[in-house]
Amino acid sequence: MASHQHDENCKKMFALLSEYLDMELPTEACKEMDAHIAACEPCAAFTESLRKTIELCHRYQPQEVPRSIARDARQRLLEAYQKMLAERRL
Amino acid sequence: MERAAEIELARQLIEGKPEAFDRFVDHFRSKIFNYSRLMCGHQEDAEEVAQETLLKVFENFDQLREPEHVRAWVFRIAKNACLVKRRKSIYAPQQEFSLDQLMPARGASGDPMKIEIADWSGIPEDEVLRSELQRVIEGAIAEMPEIYRSVMLLRDVEELSTEETAQVLDVHVDAVKTRLHRARLLARKKLDGYLRASSQAVEKN
Repeated sequence: MASHQHDENCKKMFALLSEYLDMELPTEACKEMDAHIAACEPCAAFTESLRKTIELCHRYQPQEVPRSIARDARQRLLEAYQKMLAERRL
Repeated sequence: MERAAEIELARQLIEGKPEAFDRFVDHFRSKIFNYSRLMCGHQEDAEEVAQETLLKVFENFDQLREPEHVRAWVFRIAKNACLVKRRKSIYAPQQEFSLDQLMPARGASGDPMKIEIADWSGIPEDEVLRSELQRVIEGAIAEMPEIYRSVMLLRDVEELSTEETAQVLDVHVDAVKTRLHRARLLARKKLDGYLRASSQAVEKN
């Protein structure tokens, strides 16, 4: 039944992987994850691929940019800001 | 722009220094545009959401008490503007995934020590691959169910904290964690499929 036991542990850690990588797990649970990953090759490979996924998201550059803002649209924003400042001073 | 520079711009605007205005507009307009483009699915809607959001931002700038939280504050306004726009445009059904659906498949041998996974060792060092992966990542985010997409954009793209994301979306922090994990697993699956397909293409050539 060793392989079944192994599977259950993998499943348990699979659910906690994001919190583990975000360092949001309590110390004890984090240590258990460290130990499991060190001993389980598939989980180590999977964890690494998830870590790289997150890293790619952090570096993600949008594939489209907005058209430059129209002069009157920028002007409306500036007026809203100036109005807010003027009302605050009253 | 670094987070610190963005906070400094917000601080200057709170103090009534208009020199920061243009940079603040251009910086956040791009951010809001991208968030709403991926949430609403239309370029024009996204530009409108960006304008409506910034208008509300400047009308209410005095309500931003802590400039450290300017990004979360702006995105909360953007999320609401996006919801209004979304009701008028497309409607995508909500869909949830169980963890079982997102676990990697076992290898053909059935050996529990073997899972089907691509070779990820080439990234992020490979520049060309990384730029192609940008497109794949965007596709993965655009395709995922809305409840996961919004969390991934705020947590992993905009790098808001779990608590800030929960406040922006009006959900509990546990829901943010659960959704984020599923979103990442979906994105990982998509990237893994892409990497496997590309390595097979290389082998064939």
